Amino acid sequence: MSNEDKKTSAPIRGHGPGGRRNPGEKPKNLSLTLKKMAKYLKPFMSVLIISLVLAAASSVLSIIGPNKLSDLTDELSKGLVINKEKLTSVTEDITSSLNEEKIKRISANIMDIKLDNNTIMLINGSNDISTEEKTSFNNFIKNASTISKEELMEEITKLPNNITNVILPDSTIDNVLVSSDDKVAFIENLSNADLSNQKAMVKALSNMPESVQKIMLPNSKIEGVLITTDEKVKFLSKMGNIDKNSSASTIYKALDELPDNISNLIKPKMDGKTIKSIIIFLVTIYLISALFNFLESFLMAIMSNKFAKSLRTKISIKINKLALKYFDTHLTGDILSRVTNDVDTIGVNLSQSLGSLVAAIALFIGCVIMMFATNWIMAITAIVSSLFGFGFMATVLGKSQKYFLARQVELGKLNGHIEEIYTNHNVVKAYNGNYDASKTFDKLNDNVFECNRMSQFLSGLMPSMMNFIGNFGYVAVCVVGALLVINGHITFGVIVAFMLYVRLFTSPLSQIAQGMASIQSTCAAAERVFEFVEETEMEDESHLTKKLDPKKVKGNIQFNHVKFGYNKDKVIIKDFNCKVKPGQKIAIVGPTGAGKTTMVNLLMKFYNIYDGEILIDGVSIKELTRENIHDLFIMVLQDTWLFDGSIRDNVKYNTKNISDKKIMEALETVGVDHFVKSLPGVLNYRVKDSDSVSAGQKQLLTIARGMIKDAPFLILDEATSSVDTRTEELVQKAMDKLTKGRTSFIIAHRLSTIKNADLILVMKEGNIIEQGNHKELMRQNGFYAELYNSQFKN
Amino acid sequence: MLRLIKEFRKKDFMLIFICVLLILFQVWLDLKLPDYMTEITKLVQTEGTKINEVLTQGGYMLLCAGGSLVAAFLVGYLVSYVSATFSKRTRKTLFEKVQSFSMEEMKRFRTSSLITRTTNDITNIQMFIAMGLQMLIKAPITAIWAIFKIFGKGWEWSLATLVAVVILLVVITSLMIIVLPRFKIIQELIDNINGLTRENLNGIRVIRAFNAEKYQEEKFEQGNNNLTKTQTFSQKVMSIMSPAMYLIMNFLTLSIYTIGSSLLSNAGMFDRLSIFSNMVVFSSYAMQVLMSFLMLAMIFIMYPRASVSANRIREVLDTDEKIKDGNFKENTKTYGEIEFKNVSFKYPDADEYILENISFKASKGDTLAIIGSTGSGKSTIVNLIMRFYDVTNGEILIDGVNVKDYKLEVLHEKLGYVPQRAVMFDGSVSYNIGYGKNEIPEKQIKKAAKIAQAEEFIKNMPDKYDANIASGGTNISGGQKQRVAIARAIAKNPEILVFDDSFSALDYKTDYLLRKQLKENIKEATSIIVAQRIGTIINADTIVVLDKGKIVGIGKHKELLKKCKVYKEIALSQLSKEELENE
Repeated sequence: MSNEDKKTSAPIRGHGPGGRRNPGEKPKNLSLTLKKMAKYLKPFMSVLIISLVLAAASSVLSIIGPNKLSDLTDELSKGLVINKEKLTSVTEDITSSLNEEKIKRISANIMDIKLDNNTIMLINGSNDISTEEKTSFNNFIKNASTISKEELMEEITKLPNNITNVILPDSTIDNVLVSSDDKVAFIENLSNADLSNQKAMVKALSNMPESVQKIMLPNSKIEGVLITTDEKVKFLSKMGNIDKNSSASTIYKALDELPDNISNLIKPKMDGKTIKSIIIFLVTIYLISALFNFLESFLMAIMSNKFAKSLRTKISIKINKLALKYFDTHLTGDILSRVTNDVDTIGVNLSQSLGSLVAAIALFIGCVIMMFATNWIMAITAIVSSLFGFGFMATVLGKSQKYFLARQVELGKLNGHIEEIYTNHNVVKAYNGNYDASKTFDKLNDNVFECNRMSQFLSGLMPSMMNFIGNFGYVAVCVVGALLVINGHITFGVIVAFMLYVRLFTSPLSQIAQGMASIQSTCAAAERVFEFVEETEMEDESHLTKKLDPKKVKGNIQFNHVKFGYNKDKVIIKDFNCKVKPGQKIAIVGPTGAGKTTMVNLLMKFYNIYDGEILIDGVSIKELTRENIHDLFIMVLQDTWLFDGSIRDNVKYNTKNISDKKIMEALETVGVDHFVKSLPGVLNYRVKDSDSVSAGQKQLLTIARGMIKDAPFLILDEATSSVDTRTEELVQKAMDKLTKGRTSFIIAHRLSTIKNADLILVMKEGNIIEQGNHKELMRQNGFYAELYNSQFKN
Repeated sequence: MLRLIKEFRKKDFMLIFICVLLILFQVWLDLKLPDYMTEITKLVQTEGTKINEVLTQGGYMLLCAGGSLVAAFLVGYLVSYVSATFSKRTRKTLFEKVQSFSMEEMKRFRTSSLITRTTNDITNIQMFIAMGLQMLIKAPITAIWAIFKIFGKGWEWSLATLVAVVILLVVITSLMIIVLPRFKIIQELIDNINGLTRENLNGIRVIRAFNAEKYQEEKFEQGNNNLTKTQTFSQKVMSIMSPAMYLIMNFLTLSIYTIGSSLLSNAGMFDRLSIFSNMVVFSSYAMQVLMSFLMLAMIFIMYPRASVSANRIREVLDTDEKIKDGNFKENTKTYGEIEFKNVSFKYPDADEYILENISFKASKGDTLAIIGSTGSGKSTIVNLIMRFYDVTNGEILIDGVNVKDYKLEVLHEKLGYVPQRAVMFDGSVSYNIGYGKNEIPEKQIKKAAKIAQAEEFIKNMPDKYDANIASGGTNISGGQKQRVAIARAIAKNPEILVFDDSFSALDYKTDYLLRKQLKENIKEATSIIVAQRIGTIINADTIVVLDKGKIVGIGKHKELLKKCKVYKEIALSQLSKEELENE
């Protein structure tokens, strides 16, 4: 049953099933579609809202991350800078015992030289001291009164040891035993030292004998830590070279060489506790954020698939509720594409884009708030520096979008051409159309190349540009941040935080742009789906209560002044009257495209007549439900429609309680039983397209299907397509059996059928122009006679 | 996949080489950048830094970033050029290859599959090259370089990074192992949904006649359930992906910091500063390493699909066409003459012959009809005349020359072919009728349309001869298509018209009128008519009756009725005894 003649201007959208919709497609009416979307989503609303809240929460939590991380950096960087005051205070603590008074006191103590006569005598009388030594000592005594004190001191150091041992005997100062040698060393050092210079003093001190050092820098406790004399001396000698002009690295190097207990005093401390708590906090935040993110995707996956499923179900049910008229003006491919591509687009975008869009918006807003909360100058710096980049990016994005759309169109054209040339391969060859085909191909291929190249190039720039914007923001933040740090307005941690904010801030913007685009294409897809789902359905018939029992119907059909047309303004059947008695055969004949299927459409109430009546056993079909009418008719069409399923299912189609035995009987009646038995699995054999079931066998199976149904009326569309002679015979026989005892309407091609018919309806251009039996019509010598005779002419 | 590299030209390799250099440069800059970052960090850290110093370092950093952007621009430009050129060239090669195929190769690959190979498969590969080429070059370079840079900066950090990379790869691979096979299943389930819907739409009248709406809906729902279940599952699994990536990256940073803090507290003052800056740098390099491995993983995910596509393309390109073009293009002595000499034919891999020992001859102006049941080999005869296939044995002579010797173009020039299924091209009615001929006079087109009984309906179309016919002729009826196809053959003015069952879509009357007009207007041309209907061929000069690939009768209608049983059977199935005798 072909509708070719009626398919006038079917809307061709240029995308069959499997073809992708344009990514940049826009809906016709965005706000309406959004409203409708909300309506359709109602049953899923609670889950949707929960997941969106989770998405937002997850992304807000992820903002806290960098902020805390910057705290961590701050905490760590506390370990980098020494506290100068601390250094000074420790130095002071250490050198506090080192004052001039003390030195003087100690000097006085040490330089208390024994030069009385007793001593002189003792030395001169000693056997241990050589004569030479005695001589030098006596010389020293001689000179002692004439030279200055300094010179005297110098002279003392020159004296031999066993003499100094006597004149500078061991003694105890501040509980420290100072040996005679130490005293000499002290005097020696002191004489060279410049006591007014602290540095020189410290240097001198480091050369002093231990006992002196002990007196000068006694062990003491600083902040509870015992610092020994040795350590103090070390400290002073290391730090002795440090002054205000020393570089940080010299200071740090010096610090690292200090004894541990002093350096521990001065070295900045990192607060282990705080660091630990920050790390634990961060781990928690990351885990929670990830968990929310996961839950959101998980819920969204469930929800969006359920939603997509519900849409597919709606479409599937809808198909059966639409008037056949709808399918005359809409292509199968278009409806298919709604079930698969459009619903898929909605499902995928819903689960992926909506969540990330909400998350991105939350992230963006959160970022801005956090940035301003942290430092407004830095915030403005970050935003302004990124915005500049985004302006540029928006331009590129717009351009690439344009190329993408063009690419889609051009690719569609090219694919169309390829499809055309490949499917018509034999004709193209036979007509030497290759050159033409190649020329067109080259042109289209060039166009695709250009769009391909540009769209790919421009879209490929996005990540690099994002990167650059990020880096640019980074530098801007660092420069401004450095200024602020130098001026002491902010800490280093703030800069680190902003380094991260800049990155965080740039990512949601492009996500928002992408999210918006995908919302748009979702809406475009949703619009088409909703349009189909909301299409006007066939009129409701629940108020019709009359019912004809198929078992009791006699088989009368009457057409009274029937008026009909596929288009309101084009009536094709003007005034048709006819009476059919039970068991009669009515042949419908006419040239191709004469509208022979119209009669079927009217009888089956596929279409409603404008005027007049069709009566079945005296009851108008207007008073009967379609379901009831369909129960009264067996319909066997030329398009042998077998679905993907077992032979059993195909034959018993929707008729309940049919045993396999009955099915085999029907198959036997039509003469296809041998064939079916030869199939693997017999009745379980799955019929699919292009299978080992031939066209003729398919026809026989559909006839068997009709037999199983068993109804008082029959509509039969004789095949024009050829099958081999033997099968043809079988088909004819089967059809004859089917017509037996039934009021039959036959779209006839075989002359025998036509000639044996009780009534022939001759159709031309949609209208019934002649009716009567073969003899009557031949006598009329009209259109029918001409049609009949033409087959013998040549 | 690798075998397709053959399709790259020298220039492409040059460009790819330039890309590699540019990417090297870019990676160098990208990795240099953190150095400046560190420098800036240090500067900001240290007291007494002058703002000028920060500005200088910032300037260098921007220079790096800018240079990297420029390099990325250039690489992007070159890569998209290379990939688009590659797809353009391969598509062209493929298209020309398919054009050169004979019917045998077309059948072997199936037209729909060839279309997908020329369209989707090429697009797949282009996508792979465009994305993969950049990643494939960049990822290893970045990874190696970054690893080199951070090598020796602290084994603790390196270990942490290694662990993160391993976890990343494990997560991705295990997700892919679970999900990828399901993607294939999902595609099948979508096809199934598509099939169910198509079934419902095509059988809508039957479904309604049987009140089987519920039945269909239940069937659909089953498919719908299966699809939803599988899709939900794979999406649920995939929802681990993004949080996992987030965790891996953040935990890596955190680990680097944690490790850093313990290193710092154990280090002397002098080392601390360098440890700290190392830590900051390391965390950014580690991210680069992680990202490179992510990129590599992506390539491995993309690769199988592209590889399948590449093999499918390669398979076509590697196929040798069976029909070799001949050289003969001179004028022949006779015209419109066709002769089969003991022609046999079988498909290459088949055991049974489709045609056996066929011999017949038609001279200029003759009408030769071929009749027989389905599968008797009628169309095969036409395919052999057109040289869509080559004979297995015997020879076919046209104008005394073997069809194998003709240059195909010259052979086809002689023949006006009308296929069983009328073929329409996207274009005007005139274009369709004059197809293959350049600058065919309008008069000739109109005349052909008139003979083919197409004039009437063409005149009723809004733009008449300029009216557009959609590809596949979806906007005109089957009978109309057939008439346009016949007009196309006539307009060509061939020596021999070949009708492959072209009349069965026409009603008797049109059939009759058409034949009448043909007879009157085209006396010169020889007609080969394959037909089903006795009426169509009843007056042919010669009727060849085929049964199971053999000639079972040859002669005129009346002779055959008497002596050929098969012919009589066919005739009787269509006409009554009286009608046959009336003749």
